Amino acid sequence: MSDYLLLMVSAILINNILLAKFLGNCPFLGTSKRMDTAMGMAMAVVFVLTLSGVITWLVQYYVLIPLNIEYLQTIFFILVIAFLVQFVEIVLQKTAPALFRALGIYLPLITTNCAVLGVAIININEEFGFFKTMFYSFSSAVGFGLALVLFAGIRERFALVRIPKPLDGTAIGLITAGLMALAFSGFAGLV
Amino acid sequence: MLAEAISLGSLGLFSAVGLGLAAKFFAVKQDPLVQAIEEALPGANCGGCGFAGCSGAAAAIAKGLAPVNVCVGGGPEVGLAVAAIMGVEPGFKEPEFAKPKCRYGEEDAETKFIYAGIQDCRAAMLLSGGAKVCEIGCLGLGSCVRACPFEAIAIGPDGLPVVDEKKCTGCGTCERICPKHIISVTSASKRILALNQQDDCLAPCQQTCPAQINIPEYISQISQGNYEQAVRVIKEKNPLPLTCGRVCPHPCEAKCRRGTVDEPVNINHLKRFAADYELLSGKAFDTFTLPKNGHKVAIVGGGPGGLSAAFYLARMGYECTIFEAMPKLGGMLRYGIPEYRLPKKTLDWEIQAILDLGVNVEYNKVMGEDFTIDSLKKDGFEAVFLAAGAWGSRLLGVEGEDVQGVLPGTSFLIDRGLEKETPVGQRVVIVGGGNTAIDAARTSWRLGAKEVTVLYRRSRKETPANDIEVEEAEHEGIKFHFLAAPTRLVGENGKLTGIEFIKMELGEPDASGRRRPVPVEGSETVLPVDNVIAAIGQFPDLDFIQKTKDGLEKDVKVTRWKTVEAKDTTMDTSVPGVFAGGDVVSGPQTVVEAIGAGRRAARSIHQYVATQSMEAPANLINAKDIMLVMPENVPPAPRVKMAELNVEQRRLNFEEVDLGLTEDQARAESKRCLTCGRYCYKPNAAA
Repeated sequence: MSDYLLLMVSAILINNILLAKFLGNCPFLGTSKRMDTAMGMAMAVVFVLTLSGVITWLVQYYVLIPLNIEYLQTIFFILVIAFLVQFVEIVLQKTAPALFRALGIYLPLITTNCAVLGVAIININEEFGFFKTMFYSFSSAVGFGLALVLFAGIRERFALVRIPKPLDGTAIGLITAGLMALAFSGFAGLV
Repeated sequence: MLAEAISLGSLGLFSAVGLGLAAKFFAVKQDPLVQAIEEALPGANCGGCGFAGCSGAAAAIAKGLAPVNVCVGGGPEVGLAVAAIMGVEPGFKEPEFAKPKCRYGEEDAETKFIYAGIQDCRAAMLLSGGAKVCEIGCLGLGSCVRACPFEAIAIGPDGLPVVDEKKCTGCGTCERICPKHIISVTSASKRILALNQQDDCLAPCQQTCPAQINIPEYISQISQGNYEQAVRVIKEKNPLPLTCGRVCPHPCEAKCRRGTVDEPVNINHLKRFAADYELLSGKAFDTFTLPKNGHKVAIVGGGPGGLSAAFYLARMGYECTIFEAMPKLGGMLRYGIPEYRLPKKTLDWEIQAILDLGVNVEYNKVMGEDFTIDSLKKDGFEAVFLAAGAWGSRLLGVEGEDVQGVLPGTSFLIDRGLEKETPVGQRVVIVGGGNTAIDAARTSWRLGAKEVTVLYRRSRKETPANDIEVEEAEHEGIKFHFLAAPTRLVGENGKLTGIEFIKMELGEPDASGRRRPVPVEGSETVLPVDNVIAAIGQFPDLDFIQKTKDGLEKDVKVTRWKTVEAKDTTMDTSVPGVFAGGDVVSGPQTVVEAIGAGRRAARSIHQYVATQSMEAPANLINAKDIMLVMPENVPPAPRVKMAELNVEQRRLNFEEVDLGLTEDQARAESKRCLTCGRYCYKPNAAA
């Protein structure tokens, strides 16, 4: 049990997928201007990451390894995740319109996001079992969501401060992201 | 190698088949219109339009919640493409511009704002408790300047934002970001449809004006020399500035804050100056008009109320037809107000400018005889506005009224308006104290009567006529018998020879707050006279309303004061789609009241045609409860006076008496305006 707890703390705080591994920076900067958008995005990432982590694990152990084609991992994963997200989007729209309205517009944005692919590959490289994979994928996504929401909170305050013109916009966003990464690195000795 | 090829190929096939099946079995019926619009949008999901991505914007456009050119990312081509899909004329959207509503910068603030934190308006507002709404004007820290995506805003020399209308797209970002509601996006039609509300920052004069003209704005345009813009500002609320500038009793000036220092600003004559500038330029300045929308509206009566409704409905794109019972338009402006106050040529010019917007007129068409509400509805008119006025003239109700030589006041003036001969004898007595009485007296004097006397049963203070009219009449040598009421008309061989009147004295105040006149017994006097003109009141002539067999009104309901029943703000009557306003509802009132009623009716008709229901904001301003903050530290400056013909020049002709302000006078007078907000004013406005 402590194993899982450590995995969770590590995935959320220490090896934060965004701030330690620098994966998924594109939606991080793109959807962090407003708090409600950031919340929606965070939910969508949790949903997609958990699902894709599980599916890619199954693909790795039940298709790639038996067929001895592990070197095709990247292209397989990209195709599988893209298919999966598109499929889920179609199904959700019909079966769960409420959920679709909440997540719908974010799903296409993370179809083949590097964070999604990165977590899938980390799961394999770390040789996690099925449940650990599921748990790690979920925790990573929560870490991503946490960073995104914190960042959106900071960026909303940018509107109130005077920012030197050349740094306004994405530039100040990247600087802030860097400072946040530094702050998160302080968790390194935690585990 | 084969295994790889097969596995990749089967994965591709599986994905394709899977998605295909999902698309078939889980297909959600999407509106093809929304889909088409979504395809036309750039798909950048930039959020600049304020909707959740391009698909959100597409759904909003299809529902009509967003204009076709809502996309700020795609440029005009995208707007045109979407317009083509929606089947609307490209460019139909009225231009909207951001406009600062407040005239105050931080320099003018009564409560100085000391703050050294983040240089941002919203931060400053939050840290000062957010409650300072009126003490401080624009904070001038320029949040709107930084927020504007199109760099259209700059902070001007007076600390207020200045909007470059060439760059402004009306996106509304500045409006959302401004914590003090100083800047807002507005368009001509929004201003036309607006009603004064309690939370608007309105100067006392604008709160008082029955037509709700933005008075400080047009005065400030005049002071800057933008006379054309001043006319446009006036015409957003009053389509008849030439007329009103001449005949309006200007209740606004009574509430002018300047009036508590020295004298009120000459608001009405400034309006006349701007309107005269347009007249003298020879051509009506173009006014923004929406494209025709195909809805037809009938207007019954071509007086100020009907003309006002027609003007605003035409500007909103409606096809209006005025049904006029008389041979010419203008109503009481033509058939009540004499030439020397409002020259017919001036009136014709002003009416022509309204007709040039595409208003149709049917002359000599009397409701009840030539058409009815039912027949109008059959002819495809979706709404009807009744603005028939108050043309009935009250009789004196005294003995001997049937002798020759007694004239009802209105028909005397109507005959003048019809350019008929209206001979009067040497001695004329007018009974009544309203504007009609004074008009009749001054007209009789101009027609050659040697001795013109006005009998009024109350004292001079109570005369409903404009003060200036009474004063001018006295200059012209017209005699006034205040506190006198006629008791009998004396005739010989059926011809009028004298009028007997009794002296009155003021008793207890009556319901209207005026002291009731009481006759003094035994004070009867006979005055020798050739003509008596009765101008003691007018009432709406409701013969035009269809009656049932029992003599009850068939369609529109009538109040017990014999006026048409209509709601105050929305102007709707008991019949859906029929609206009424002006004198026919209120009894005889001023021109500017009728103009305001016409615009309110246009607003309601616009709502009615779109939604079949009318709404009025709940927090409308009641002109009676205006709070005047007394100004301090205002250097006195005299009010300019308009030049007029001297009395000798007026005799036996109908030349216009008032000559208008000169440009220098108008500029000087406009500088006297304190540019008031609701509570605030600028003592150094003249500087």
